[in-house]
Amino acid sequence: MAAPAGRPKVTNMNHGFLRRYLFSTDHKTIGLQYITLSIFAAFVGIALSVLMRFHLVYPESRWRLLETLWPDGAPGGVMTPELYLSLMTMHGTIMVFFLLTTVPQGGFGNYFLPLQIGAADMAFPRLNMLSFWTTFLSFVVLCAAFFVEGGAPLAGWTAYPPLSAVGQIAGPGQGLGQTLWVLSIALFCIASLMGAINFITTTLELRTRGMSLLRMPLTCWGWFTTAIISLFAFGVLLAGGVLLLLDREAGTSFFLPAGLMINDKLLANKGGSPLLFQHLFWFFGHPEVYIAILPGMGAVSTILATFSRKPVFGYRAMIWAMLIIGFLSFVVWGHHMFISGMSPYSSIAFSLLTVTVGVPSAIKTFNWLGTIWGGSLRLTTAMLFALGFVSVFISGGLTGLILGQPALDSYFHDTYFVVGHFHMIMGVATVFAAFAATFYWFPKMRGRMMNETLGRIHFYLTFIGVYAIFIPMHFAGIAGNPRRYADFAQFDFLKDLSFLHKATTHAAFFTAAVQLLFLFNFLWSWWKGPKAGQNPWHATTLEWTLPSPPPEENFGHNPPQVHRGPYDYSLPGAPKDFLMQQEER
Amino acid sequence: MGLPAVAIPFLGKLILSTHTQPDTTWAGGGSPFAIGSKPLGMWLFVVSDALTFSTFLVIYTYARLSNPGWPSPFGPSSIAQATLMTFVLLTSSYTMALAVNAMKTGRRGRAVRMLLATVGLGLAFVGLHIAEWMHLIRVEGVTLAANPWNQPLFGATFFTLTGLHMAHVAAGVLYLAIVAAALSRNKLDAHDVETSGLYWHFVDLVWMFIFPLVYLMSAKL
Ligand code: HEM
Ligand SMILES: [Cu+2]
Repeated sequence: MAAPAGRPKVTNMNHGFLRRYLFSTDHKTIGLQYITLSIFAAFVGIALSVLMRFHLVYPESRWRLLETLWPDGAPGGVMTPELYLSLMTMHGTIMVFFLLTTVPQGGFGNYFLPLQIGAADMAFPRLNMLSFWTTFLSFVVLCAAFFVEGGAPLAGWTAYPPLSAVGQIAGPGQGLGQTLWVLSIALFCIASLMGAINFITTTLELRTRGMSLLRMPLTCWGWFTTAIISLFAFGVLLAGGVLLLLDREAGTSFFLPAGLMINDKLLANKGGSPLLFQHLFWFFGHPEVYIAILPGMGAVSTILATFSRKPVFGYRAMIWAMLIIGFLSFVVWGHHMFISGMSPYSSIAFSLLTVTVGVPSAIKTFNWLGTIWGGSLRLTTAMLFALGFVSVFISGGLTGLILGQPALDSYFHDTYFVVGHFHMIMGVATVFAAFAATFYWFPKMRGRMMNETLGRIHFYLTFIGVYAIFIPMHFAGIAGNPRRYADFAQFDFLKDLSFLHKATTHAAFFTAAVQLLFLFNFLWSWWKGPKAGQNPWHATTLEWTLPSPPPEENFGHNPPQVHRGPYDYSLPGAPKDFLMQQEER
Repeated sequence: MGLPAVAIPFLGKLILSTHTQPDTTWAGGGSPFAIGSKPLGMWLFVVSDALTFSTFLVIYTYARLSNPGWPSPFGPSSIAQATLMTFVLLTSSYTMALAVNAMKTGRRGRAVRMLLATVGLGLAFVGLHIAEWMHLIRVEGVTLAANPWNQPLFGATFFTLTGLHMAHVAAGVLYLAIVAAALSRNKLDAHDVETSGLYWHFVDLVWMFIFPLVYLMSAKL
């Protein structure tokens, strides 16, 4: 029978508080919920990292605060190695899942995908609400690990077995804490799968008249590609999580071999393999890094074009590059396992595929440079963060090519070189894109402008700060400094690095503090910022044809008719320097 | 245990929620995917779920290959029972197809009857399967973590793989029952039935992998 005919559903605007702000099915509210969750998670994650950095350079100092927070983890105020590892695990997990995976897709994607394609909402609004609340539950379950017996787990965000699979016997936090961790990740997988289904369906089914796939803004392409990757990746992690849970709770041996001695006790398990988990984890884990960064790539493309007043250079090449990156991301996971004893022939294959990723990445980079080349740049905060993104993407991508060589990686694996690499390219790049997106879209989401002066100060200090933190880490790695160690002071060969580590820690303090500027700017502008018009940046995409903030029903009864691509800036002979997508001429 | 948790709320919402469309005249510039949001959503769910099942199958394959002396406990009666289960499931796919077809041609009553037949066959499958499990557990002494052959992964892979599948069948039975009930109250349309059919055929298809790989390859004849 025919699809439900007729007009978009214009919802009743007089919902009560609960329907309106908590259990809303409006994609804009849900987007803001995701953004709020991520900002909160980010500050928790930052706090944890500062504590870690502090311990690394002042391992002996006594801190009342620590003892109050973790009486067992910091007796007398001195952090135990176990506490250090649990902070590290929680920092990594919170940042990767609840910031880098959540804000670009769940946050900005939710808010702006329907607006940019001219739809009234996501395809499955209730599923959307369920995704958010499942993510929220996942976050609560994760944080609960801090408060249970034994505390948070120690196994890192990668949760390698045997450590993660054998339970309490392996240390505090490996009991209930690790179980909560696995549950939280399983929930997160479910939430992300629901989100992915929604994003793909929305993109394919709900585009307005004239909005062909090749007229979609690159932001939409970023969210779309990310959703496809998520669809393939999270189902595998979910399976891995379920099996890990069974190993922990039901006595199975999927990831546990025979003859395992843990703390002088011989375990009864037999037949499984810890490497199996590594394969499953990285089959998800490598695509995951692109899940984090692809939406940012889309947003940066759009922002660079808007503030250069030029079309994106090589629009189609940008799309192809994203799709190719998405495909390649599923065939390179072995580069995380070069030293796991894999056959050198497999290493070579994984290495070749890995460095191939450099090609589409370089295409994107040169196209960004081509986009700003000869443009009339407007250095707004959003633009600065977008430029910063390109910078850290290059810095982090080049070290990836080094790590992609098995010969070099045998040395660099599990050193601070890797920590530097992924913080630069995954952490900082994605966060810069998120900052750019926040400054760019805040006026649309709130109807007010953020403060540009504060914004620029925040940008410059952060930019200097992140380079000051993460570039020295590469040198520490080259000097052989291992990662995931609670204390370097015990190793003679690391003594010479103590100055470098001190400098890094100070830079980290400084950069963390600078983020309060952002928080202040965000909150202050939310209530007090000057009113923004409908289209303050003179941008071309559909969200800017609506009032700020957009009405609940978006376009309501008048879905726009799209006439052109997304980046018609500086058209020759046009009366103004841009044409919006729904304008005929 | 993770998957029913996805499947049940997911399916529930998929049936219940209405999707919004910008206009009757969808004209997004050629529409190769104009199959409706709900079937598309279900297709995507099937893709992700297929990945989860594949992971379980890969682990099973690995366990089997890397543990010499993998047991073959399924005697003629077990194989006969598994064959019967296969037959039941195949028949249920047929009745499901009839239900979808009936709805397409506007015969709501017949669609409801065919759905109920599918539900019945699904229940029969689950019943047979539980009996089979009980036999393994009680008579052969196989549990999730241990078994007489000292091959812990045999039970682990067997019960997780078939358990995950059984959970899907059970969720499907519930889902189809809800659809049948709604249909008989004149709610839902052909798209919804088609969507539920996609799910059911997928669950059926998964069994077509499990039957040869898990049962036939471990037959003791
Ligand atoms: C040309 C592109 C890239 C190449 C060749 C590359 C290569 C590598 C290699 C070989 C490793 C493993 C190092 C080791 O553990 O010994 C690695 C780690 C990592 N990469 Fe990349 N990478 C690239 C881009 C990216 C991007 C775009 C991201 C994120 C957005 C990213 C995030 C990560 C993360 C998070 C890890 C560390 C995971 C961990 O062990 O905890 N990489 N990269
Ligand atoms: Cu990787």
